[in-house]
Amino acid sequence: MRLHRQRAIASLALVLATGGVSGESIAPTYRHDWSEARSGLAYAGGSLAAMQSDDVANPGMLWVDRGSELWRGAAVSAPACAGCHAEGSMRGVAARLPAWSAPAGRVVDLEDRINACRVVRQREAPLPRGGDDLLALSAFVASQSRGLPLHVEVGGPARPAFERAQAFYVTRRGQLDLSCANCHDALAGRRLGSETISQGHPTAFPAYRLEWQGLGSLHRRLRACLYGVRAALPDEGAQLLTELELFLAWRADGLPVEAPGVRR
Amino acid sequence: MAFARIVVPPAVARGEAFEVRVSIRHPMETGFRVDDRGNGIPRNTLREVVARYAGVEVLRASLGSGIAANPYLRFFVTAQDSGPLTVEWVDDAGKRGTATTDVKVDG
Repeated sequence: MRLHRQRAIASLALVLATGGVSGESIAPTYRHDWSEARSGLAYAGGSLAAMQSDDVANPGMLWVDRGSELWRGAAVSAPACAGCHAEGSMRGVAARLPAWSAPAGRVVDLEDRINACRVVRQREAPLPRGGDDLLALSAFVASQSRGLPLHVEVGGPARPAFERAQAFYVTRRGQLDLSCANCHDALAGRRLGSETISQGHPTAFPAYRLEWQGLGSLHRRLRACLYGVRAALPDEGAQLLTELELFLAWRADGLPVEAPGVRR
Repeated sequence: MAFARIVVPPAVARGEAFEVRVSIRHPMETGFRVDDRGNGIPRNTLREVVARYAGVEVLRASLGSGIAANPYLRFFVTAQDSGPLTVEWVDDAGKRGTATTDVKVDG
């Protein structure tokens, strides 16, 4: 057991050494330099950028189309989303979320917001997290904010959630004992196997990942990262992940929304 | 549920080739994967895709497990008369789907 632990540490030291840092710990107060912020697309390569910018080649647009059908009332008996919300009125919404919701008493993300409307206004059961219908609706709504700069409110009642998420971001976790910041701040632009580590900005989500062969939420992506460092996995829709979404959105402040993005 | 896109240029000139782009939502399951419990996931790929322009078959493609999920096809057709361009497909599970768009020919 002890030997294994030592081996794990040795291989981790190797990873960090090849990454080019000495393994110093991240300072407890988080500082972020927005002038260096780059979308994950900058690390993804030209062919993916071309795929994302072409609405026919971008497979995420299949979900946007489906979301547009659902928006107009496919698969609900209740009034459709389009019955209340005028065409184009969702522009900018995804660029402001996650945000504090007074009725919910917590920070909510776009998926929460859609499900809240579904339960309160349409009197339907909430759509399951990670399911195609919720992904389609969130992709449809988020796509209307494409190109708008992300800007979320982290003061006021959202502050405690923001600080929890910031602490989560810089805390080492999992069997590999890595924090989000260890890779996405300290090693962005460097290699992890065949991949280039991005700065971890959430602007593409919900995004089509080639690895998934489908559209997935930011929660799914965060779970994939936590799985990668062998850490405990919160469920999709967990409040922890929503709060982390808020922190990441603050960290990506000013970057344009790309949803539905395409990523490796 | 239309989970497919078919896109042609807004207007095309008679006698000229125009590009048709089709994207279909499909898992393209290879049959080689297993689920979380180790049970095999049965193969389910789009077996055949057929495109018809004004009722005339212009493309027939046999896809298989070598094609990634959500296949994207791109081909050229010579414009004759205005009419519907229809794409139909059937997968290994026997499920059929179709998507249609109108082609407008000038002149």
